[in-house]
Amino acid sequence: MKYEISFLLNNDKVTVEVDPVWTLLYTLREVFGLTGTKEGCGYGECGACTVIIDGQAVNSCIFPILEVEGRHVTTIEGVASKDGTMHPLQKAFVNEGAIQCGFCTPGMIMSAKALLDAKENPTEDEIKDAIEGNLCRCTGYVRIIDAIKSVSKGR
Amino acid sequence: MKSYEYHKPKTIEEAISLMGSLEDAKFIAGGTDVMVLIKQKKISSKCMVSLRNIDGLAYIDTQNGLRIGSGTTHNTIDENGHIKRYYSALTDATSRLGSKQIRNVATIGGNICNAAPSADTACPLLALDAKAVIVGQNGSKTTSLDEFFLGPGKTILSKEELLKEFVMPLYGENTGSAYIKHTRRNAMDLPILGVATRITVSLPDENISRCKDMFCTIDSISNILERLKDEGVKCEDVMIAMGVVAPRPMRAKNAESVMKGKIVSSELFEEIGNIAAGEAQPRDSIRGEAWYRTEMIKVLVKRALIKSIDRVIRPDEAFYPERLW
Ligand SMILES: Cc1cc2nc3c(=O)[nH]c(=O)nc-3n(C[C@H](O)[C@H](O)[C@H](O)COP(=O)(O)OP(=O)(O)OC[C@H]3O[C@@H](n4cnc5c(N)ncnc54)[C@H](O)[C@@H]3O)c2cc1C
Ligand code: FES
Ligand code: FES
Repeated sequence: MKYEISFLLNNDKVTVEVDPVWTLLYTLREVFGLTGTKEGCGYGECGACTVIIDGQAVNSCIFPILEVEGRHVTTIEGVASKDGTMHPLQKAFVNEGAIQCGFCTPGMIMSAKALLDAKENPTEDEIKDAIEGNLCRCTGYVRIIDAIKSVSKGR
Repeated sequence: MKSYEYHKPKTIEEAISLMGSLEDAKFIAGGTDVMVLIKQKKISSKCMVSLRNIDGLAYIDTQNGLRIGSGTTHNTIDENGHIKRYYSALTDATSRLGSKQIRNVATIGGNICNAAPSADTACPLLALDAKAVIVGQNGSKTTSLDEFFLGPGKTILSKEELLKEFVMPLYGENTGSAYIKHTRRNAMDLPILGVATRITVSLPDENISRCKDMFCTIDSISNILERLKDEGVKCEDVMIAMGVVAPRPMRAKNAESVMKGKIVSSELFEEIGNIAAGEAQPRDSIRGEAWYRTEMIKVLVKRALIKSIDRVIRPDEAFYPERLW
């Protein structure tokens, strides 16, 4: 059985026919071709699939697609400006060397963005709290935390 | 994966009647347990009844005690200052449950209805003497949470029944609580063992500031307990709950009844830890062996109790600077 739903995807209103077993992650990648959002574990453990729904970081791999109806979904593709200028967080990740293989990066950026959107000047503990559900096998996290700190307001 | 119908009722009544009329239906709240089970093909229900769009399942009401709607997310609970101050054990659990992404969607009702022996909010709710309000086709009923759990994944809920809210009594300034989640990792780990305690103490007013000073030292727990004994700190009421030590989250009722009415002391704490450990029936599992869990209960019951007392005596400092317990 298919259902038709509408929601805001990176500020554009979209309407799509979906099967209720689909997750948000599957729909983003396979229907919309937005492959910036990654699948790591598929079970909520790694955070590679993190997107922002109505201001909150969420694992899209276990989020039922029918629950995004009427809501506002932001993916990594919606973070840079339309003209391609990178978001300060993205620049910071590059400048601070917070990226190695890059697989965790979209999820990290989304978790960090959700934090900074809610709180301009988070403490180090709050930064760690925000990314505790994002696994990175390469960097050891220090540079990621430094990058997020560098875009906190007042630094 | 097999497809299913997906229903999004707007009211509790509608949700319950859907469960009654649909064949092979299952409730889904935040879905952090259900979606994983579906993906692992451990559930294959024909219909999902979503609770996320029901008005009036997600709320925190702090008038006259505490009521928490079953659809409230762990993150919402975590950010509530009143709960942190007066129902601290619950915040201890929600602050370390899963990750931020999980806490943003996972609900307290889902945590309890999933009934895992390791469910982090179960011990705090038991120790805080929570009652569960259950709504079914014939109206609503209230049971103590202790009667709610039957075994791993099993509760007293029938298929059409919905857990509406948790209700907790009002606790005053002389009650403190704590939950200790014993894990290998700091983040994203299920507990090897969980212990929650709530204690109401009485102590002569003039002794409070001396007790405060004690907690600000770096003395050992046993020394502090001896001093508390000298100051006449008495346990008026206590509840102790333990997780991952039996098929379901459980209370250490013998330990509680021995402790009630006694002056706090090092020997008493030792005894309470031992009795609680004797009440548990832990198993060997990949996260920890039974003997280890038994030993750790003795340690963690003591720590949780002293942390609870610390929160009565130093309410403003209960979270920072924090002592080892
Ligand atoms: C990566 C990851 C990490 C996790 N870490 C932890 C952890 O550290 N500690 C921990 O305790 N848990 C953890 N969990 C488990 C899970 O997140 C929690 O149990 C969560 O609280 C479940 O809530 P939910 O709303 O997502 O429940 P759902 O998955 O929606 O539902 C769970 C069960 O409860 C039933 N149900 C839900 N609401 C009701 C209701 N109101 N009435 C009747 N039945 C209902 C559902 O039918 C289902 O059987 C983790 C899960 C994941 C994926
Ligand atoms: S892919 Fe979603 S958390 Fe790992
Ligand atoms: S950069 Fe490789 S996983 Fe993080």
